[in-house]
Amino acid sequence: MDRPLEFQKQSKNSIERERDPRNQPFSANTIAKHSRIHDATKVHSVCPYCAVGCSQLIYVKGGKIIDIEGNPDSPINEGTLCPKGANTFQLSVNPHRVKQVMYRAPYSDRWEPRDLEWAMERIAQLTKEAREEGFVEERDGNIINNMPNVVSLGGATMDNEENYLIKKLFNGGLGMVAIENQARI
Amino acid sequence: MPGLGTSFGRGAATTFQEDLQNSDCILIMGSNMAEAHPVGFRFVMKARENGAKIMHVDPHFSRTSAMCNEYVPIRTGTDIAFLGGIIHYILENDRWFKEYVLAYTNAATIINGDYTDAEELGGVFNGLQREERRYDQKVAAWNYAGEPKQPKNQTDQAIKAQSFSERLGHLENPVPPQDPTLQDPMCVFQILKRHYARYLAEKVAEICGCSQQQFLSVAESLCANSGRERTSAIVYAVGWTQHTTGVQIIRAAGIVQLLLGNMGRPGGGIMAMRGHASIQGSTDIPTLYDILPGYIPQPATMRDHGTLKDYLKQEEVSTGYWANLPKFMVSLLKAWYGEAAKKENDHGFGWVPRIDANYSQLPAFLRMAQGKVKGLFLFGQNPAAGAPNAKLNRKALMQLDWLVVRDWFEIESASFWYKGPEKPDPKAIKTEIFFLPAASNAEKDGSFTNTQRLLQWHDKAVDPPGDCRSDAWFVFQLGKRLKKLYAESQQKRDQGLLNLTWDYDHDRMQELPDGSLSKIIGEPDMEKILKEINGYTVKEGKHVAGFSELKDDGSTACGCWIYSGVFPEPGRNRARSRKRDAQNPTSPDWGFAWPHNRRMMYNRASADPEGKPWSERKKYMWWDEAAKRWTGVDTPDFEPDKPPSYRATNESRGMDAISGDAPFIMKPDGRAWLFAPMGTKDGPLPTHYEPMESPVPNLLYPEQASPLAEVFKDDLNQLAMAMDPEYPIVGTTYRLTEHYLSGPMSRFNSWLNELQPEMFVELSPELAQQRGITHGGWMVIWNKRAAIEARAMVTGRVQSLTVNGRTLHQIGIPFHWGFAGETVGSMANDLTSMVADPNVSMHEAKAFTCNVRAGRVGDADVADKFSAWPTRAKSPDTPESDQPEGQAI
Repeated sequence: MDRPLEFQKQSKNSIERERDPRNQPFSANTIAKHSRIHDATKVHSVCPYCAVGCSQLIYVKGGKIIDIEGNPDSPINEGTLCPKGANTFQLSVNPHRVKQVMYRAPYSDRWEPRDLEWAMERIAQLTKEAREEGFVEERDGNIINNMPNVVSLGGATMDNEENYLIKKLFNGGLGMVAIENQARI
Repeated sequence: MPGLGTSFGRGAATTFQEDLQNSDCILIMGSNMAEAHPVGFRFVMKARENGAKIMHVDPHFSRTSAMCNEYVPIRTGTDIAFLGGIIHYILENDRWFKEYVLAYTNAATIINGDYTDAEELGGVFNGLQREERRYDQKVAAWNYAGEPKQPKNQTDQAIKAQSFSERLGHLENPVPPQDPTLQDPMCVFQILKRHYARYLAEKVAEICGCSQQQFLSVAESLCANSGRERTSAIVYAVGWTQHTTGVQIIRAAGIVQLLLGNMGRPGGGIMAMRGHASIQGSTDIPTLYDILPGYIPQPATMRDHGTLKDYLKQEEVSTGYWANLPKFMVSLLKAWYGEAAKKENDHGFGWVPRIDANYSQLPAFLRMAQGKVKGLFLFGQNPAAGAPNAKLNRKALMQLDWLVVRDWFEIESASFWYKGPEKPDPKAIKTEIFFLPAASNAEKDGSFTNTQRLLQWHDKAVDPPGDCRSDAWFVFQLGKRLKKLYAESQQKRDQGLLNLTWDYDHDRMQELPDGSLSKIIGEPDMEKILKEINGYTVKEGKHVAGFSELKDDGSTACGCWIYSGVFPEPGRNRARSRKRDAQNPTSPDWGFAWPHNRRMMYNRASADPEGKPWSERKKYMWWDEAAKRWTGVDTPDFEPDKPPSYRATNESRGMDAISGDAPFIMKPDGRAWLFAPMGTKDGPLPTHYEPMESPVPNLLYPEQASPLAEVFKDDLNQLAMAMDPEYPIVGTTYRLTEHYLSGPMSRFNSWLNELQPEMFVELSPELAQQRGITHGGWMVIWNKRAAIEARAMVTGRVQSLTVNGRTLHQIGIPFHWGFAGETVGSMANDLTSMVADPNVSMHEAKAFTCNVRAGRVGDADVADKFSAWPTRAKSPDTPESDQPEGQAI
C-alpha cells in the first residue's frame, strides 16, 4: 500500500534537518529527545463532527491511536481544530465505548452480551420476517413493491459509501421506503 | 435544499468556505457560525481583516455577533419579513444590478395572466385548497405565460420537492415570452415589486423587533457592497431551515442575492453551513425516502411511473442539463442490478420500490408511535433525545418489535427502555434491542462530503476494537445474509434483492498504514464502492472520467451521477487527493467537489453576458475568444466551449436550449428564478407567515401561519394556538461549541463535559426579574408538550424586544442534553413539536412558544403532570452570580 509513504518521507527529512545539531543551539541531550508522535505513523483523516470538513492527522504507534491533530496542509483548516475537533481522539479512545454486542430481550430488564454472528443472523431473520409480512406488491393496479413496516434512520454522520450501501440494499434490494437521515432539507 | 435548488438549480451551498474571504460584506443570519462552525468562521474573519463589513442578524447575541461589525436582534421566525424588507429596499431605491438581473434571472419573463398574488388574497395565493393544505396548480397558474397551467413536474404533497425533476421544473418553451423593458404588469419584476410593496422598513421593525435604523443599515450595507466591483455573501445554517417556512426563507435570500448580482461570483453566493460531517453526502447519495442517488426522483404511485418509459417521460426536463436524466437513471439501475438489468426488463426499473405516502422521519415516527412499524435501524442518530418532540419519539421506540442501534456509546435511543423522564418500566416494553457497536471514522476508510460539496477521503488508521464494525461492514454482511435467506426464492418480488450486485470483498487482506494487516473479516473494499458510485463501463469495467460519459443504453453503470469523476481511473481517487496549489486559491486538487470539481457553482455568472469579467477586481471565469473556451481559476460550470453569443430557440432541446449567456444550466430556461413557477409547494414568492406557535399576529397579512405547513396529530404533539396567553414566551434552540447534537458524540467525552458541564437556558434580565428567576438558579420551561428544568443563565445576550408595540421575551435553549452519558440534563426537544415545512418535512425547532417560572419540575401545580428530570437529588450547585451582567452590546 502506497498511502502515507511519500508524505512520511518528506516530514522525516524535514525533521532530520531540524534536528541536525548544526542547525540548532541545543545540547546533545535535548537533541536526543523528541515528541511522542515523532516515529508514529501519520494517517490522513477528516473531522467527524460538523460539515466544515477539517482535515486531521491521526498518529498511530504500536497499533494504537496516540493522537489526533489538525492537518496544516488543508486549505480549509490549515492545522486548526475547534474544541470538538480537538476531542476526536476521545471518540475512538474512550472508556465508555461499548465494544461488544449487547442484547436486550423483549420485556427484559437487562442487557446481555451476545455473539456478533448470532446478532447478525437474528437481525437478518427479523428483517426477512418483517418483509414477508409487510411487503406490498401492488394496490389499485399500481406497482408498489415496497415494505413500509421497517424504518432506517441515520446517515449524515456516516461515509458516502455507507449511505450508498444502505440505500442500495434497503431500498433497491428489500423495498424499504422509510429511509431517512438528519438531512431533511 | 429546494430553497436553493428551485432558485438556482442545485440544492447545495453555491460557493466554498475559503471564498468568503473575498467578500466585501457578509450577512450571517440563521447561523451562529463562530460557535457552530468555528473553523469555517476564520474566512469571515479574514474578510473582516480585508475591510469587509460583517453583519449578524439573530435572536441570540453570540460570539458570532461579538465578532461582527453590526448585530441586529430579531424575533425568531421573522426572517422572511426581514429579507422581504431588503428586497423591497433594493427595488424601491433602484439598487438592483440591472445588467445581471436582466440577463441572468427571470425578471423579464411574463407569468400566466390568471396568476393572483398573495398581495390581493390576504397572504395566500390563488388555488389554495385549505382543507387539503395544498395549492391546486390548475387554478394557481404560477407558470410562465404560454406554458400549461399545471406544470408537468409539480407533485402533490406526499412527495417532497427534493428531486431535481421537481425543483428544476419543466418548460415547453425554453425561451419564454419576456418584456426586457420590465414594464409589463405580469412580468416577474413587476409582480415582485407588488408582492414586496408592503414590506416597509417600519413594518419590518414592528414584526422583527429590531429598530428601523438597524434594519436599514443591513439593507444599505448589502446594496453598497454589491455590483460590478463588489460582492456580498450570505451565510445561513439550521436557524433558517428549521421553520415551517424554511425553504421560503432561503428562497428570499436567493432573491436578494440575484437582485444584487452576487450569485456565481467570488465573494458572493449563499453559503449553507451544514451540521454533520457528511450531511451533504447523505443528501447527494440519499438515505432519504423520496430521492435516489443524484437527486433522481424515487418512483411514486402518485405519478405516472408504471414503466421506465413512463417514468422518464414524466420526470425528464427536456431543456437544460436534466435532459440527461435517462442516462443517469439507466446507469443507476445498471449499478444496482448488474447483468440482470436489461433493456427487455426495463433495466430492473420494476424492482425499485414506489413511494405511496410521505415516509419522511416525522410521519414515519408517528406511524411507529401508533404501532404500525415492526423494526428500526438506527445509524448514528438519536431520536430519543434529538428529534423534535423527543418524548413522542421515545414512545415510538417502545412500540417497536425490534430495534438495531449502531453507535459507539449507550445513547438515549439505546437506553430509553429503562431510563428517561417517563421512568419507564422495562417489564412493560416489548422492544427487542440489538446494540451493535460501531467503528469510529478513524477505524474505517471512506469519504465525507462537507458543506461546500467537497468529498474528502479519510484513511483507516487502525482496526476497530472488539465487535465494533463499520456501518459498511454491517450493511454489507446483512445484505449477504439476506441474499442467502432468499437464495431459493422464485418470487418476482425477491428478484431485485437476488440480482443486486453485491461484490465488494477485498481482493486481498487489507494492509493498514503502519504496515500491519487488518484482522477484520468481511470489511468491504470502500474503493470498490467508490468505483461503482463514480461509474464504469459495463463491458470493460473501466472507470468513467465523468458524467458526460454516461449512456442510456445500459453500457455504463453509475451509482451517483453527480459524483462521477471522483474516481476517474484506477489508483486516482480524487477524494483522496491532498495537494495544495499555491498559485490557485480554489485548491482544485484538494479533494473533489461535485459537480465535476467545480468549487463555485454557476460561475459563468462571474462574467458579463459577453463573457468578460464584470470587473478586474472580481475576475473569476471568462470567455477566452482566442482559445474559444471558458477559462479562469475554477472548472467552468458551463459547457466549456459554448460561446457567449450562442442563442437557443424554442425548438432547442437538452443543453442546446441553454443560451451562451444563461449561467444556470440546470434550470430549463438557463436563468435563476426570482419567481418560482414550480418547485415550491407553498408559493412562487416567499411570504411572511408566523411560526405555527406564535404569540404575535401576522402583521402583514390576515393569514396567520403557513396554510400548507404539515401538522401531525397526536395527543403528545399538541400545539398552542396563536397568541395563547398561557404561552407568551418564544423559545428557540441552539448549539454550543463544545457539544454536538443531542450529545452522543460529546457527552461521553470528559474533555468536552469539563468545558460545558450542565444544561442551562438563557433568558433576559427583564424576564428573570419578572418571574423571580435568579442567575444560576433552577427554572422550569413548559408548554403543551412537556415541562423541563434547567439552570438559568440570566444574560443580556438574549434581549427583550418590542414587537407590535408590546414587550416580547425570547429564551434560548441548548439542545445537547439527555439522560445518557457523563453529564445529563433536560432535553430541549421535549419542548419542540412535530410540525413541518410542506416542501421538505423539516420541523420547526427554531420557533415555538412556552412559559417559564422559577423552581423545578413537579414543585408547582402547573407542571405536576410532568416528572422531574434528571433527578430531584442535590445537584452540584452553581454559585449565584453577584456580579451584574455587563451590557452585551
